[in-house]
Amino acid sequence: VRMKSRIPLILVACGSFNPITNMHMRLFELARDHLHQTGQYQVIEGIVSPVSDDYGKKGLVSARHRTAMAKLALETSDWIRVDPWESEQETWTETVKVLRHHYNESLRLLQSKNEFMKNKRPIERSTEDSLSYQHSVLPELKLLCGADFLQTFKTPNLWKEEHIKEIVEKFGLVCISRAGSDPAQYINESDLLIKYQHNIFLVKEWIQNEISATQIRYALCRGLSVKYLIPDSVISYIAQHNIYTEESEQKNEGDLLQPLKLHSAAVNPLNN
Amino acid sequence: MEDPDKTEVVLLACGSFNPITNMHLRLFELARDHLHETGKYKVIKGIISPVGDAYKKKGLINANHRVTMAKLATKDSDWVEVDDWESSQSEWMETLKVLRYHHQKLLSPDPTSSLQNAIPLTKPGRKRKQEPNRHDPVKKKKQSPNIKSVPQVKLLCGSDILESFGIPNLWKSEDITEIVENHGLVCISRVGNSVQKFIYESDILWRHKNNIHLVEEWITNDISSTKIRRALRRGQSIRYLVPDIVRAYIEKHNLYSSESEDRNAGVVLAPLQKHASDSKY
Repeated sequence: VRMKSRIPLILVACGSFNPITNMHMRLFELARDHLHQTGQYQVIEGIVSPVSDDYGKKGLVSARHRTAMAKLALETSDWIRVDPWESEQETWTETVKVLRHHYNESLRLLQSKNEFMKNKRPIERSTEDSLSYQHSVLPELKLLCGADFLQTFKTPNLWKEEHIKEIVEKFGLVCISRAGSDPAQYINESDLLIKYQHNIFLVKEWIQNEISATQIRYALCRGLSVKYLIPDSVISYIAQHNIYTEESEQKNEGDLLQPLKLHSAAVNPLNN
Repeated sequence: MEDPDKTEVVLLACGSFNPITNMHLRLFELARDHLHETGKYKVIKGIISPVGDAYKKKGLINANHRVTMAKLATKDSDWVEVDDWESSQSEWMETLKVLRYHHQKLLSPDPTSSLQNAIPLTKPGRKRKQEPNRHDPVKKKKQSPNIKSVPQVKLLCGSDILESFGIPNLWKSEDITEIVENHGLVCISRVGNSVQKFIYESDILWRHKNNIHLVEEWITNDISSTKIRRALRRGQSIRYLVPDIVRAYIEKHNLYSSESEDRNAGVVLAPLQKHASDSKY
């Protein structure tokens, strides 16, 4: 397949990554395989974007650690990386803003690359350079998530309607689900989602691998093994810094999630 | 902090390991945690014993590769190792025979025996702060008539193996009896499984149910070798499902394809062939 006819695509996964697990990383692999098989896309990058501490979720350990663990886990990946931008913001950032940020960054990079190319003498350009310069197709950026994520759109006050619309219209979703669950049905039940279903890619995970970070934390607190569920380097890091304890699990106990705090304060005409 | 009242256990996993996956490796971890939590056992070693090529299962690739991959996967483990005795036999070997072999090995105070190498020293920097003293070095005990001082070799398996006891001609019933009576099973299964019902419906298993340890796997992890091979045939990624070093090995040697999957197609599985000729149940 000629690379230049494919649309370059960036996958962004937002979440707690508390801690990152093999399952998180599988989502990227599955998404990439699926998108490549459509023949329309060339996945050029995967970004793990850990949420900031301000999110206020129960048991959320410091972003510094969560980012460090994700970096360790992704050390051997040649296309997925961790981006700390979201976690470094002072307050919690809406998902759509994270997508906008990374999209703008990718455009900026493309622009500077094109500038650089323009100034290169033709003889200095490699074939690859020439191809990407002549056919600099704008990249697309999509949100990578699990099927349960899709369902959170329904949770009152968690999302702003206009944000959901922007996410599915302007960006797009790549949604991985287990055999047995049916996100297509959920999309069907939502007027908004059905309108943009062409921009929602459903990928079925046949090899069940539901390694929830919550269960990982439970296991760690109880001194049980999590080997082969998360990378060895992350296990060592957790042990070294004694990150997950009964205490850490109590953090933010009883607090409302930041998005819920923000949105219930505002009057939302759509939520009657 | 040694406890003389604890029974020492060696976990033995038999299977195709075609290829070995993270799920296989998890079985050991789950079994060890479970047995330790009972307070009655101390798991001193884990053994992976890949089946020989004579098993004739469809899609089974050369034992050399399967053993190598398992060794690569356990390279950094301080307690799980690979044994190729079973795979180097020219004929298929009943599971009971493999259990007996490893039990024998533990009984003989042979200086070259595997018990010497079973001392699970924790490597520097690998101690887990959350649970001190859990996996202490084991002092090799002198030969003693006390049953407790001889390590038990238990068969580690998933619920599919246990339930395969019901497949006609696959197992000899006297073998099943000896396995659960003299050795024991540690069976890992998913939440909502039918293993307990299976045990209830079998007189042999019910009689020895104290020697069958059921471990529930809460973290659903269905990484079957069959699915791995399928993904490979379709050019799909298997990253994070098998150890990276195994993935690299598979890629380098191009081990799995439609051709390899067709191996032994139409051939009767060795145990079925063997037992069909015996008429007793």
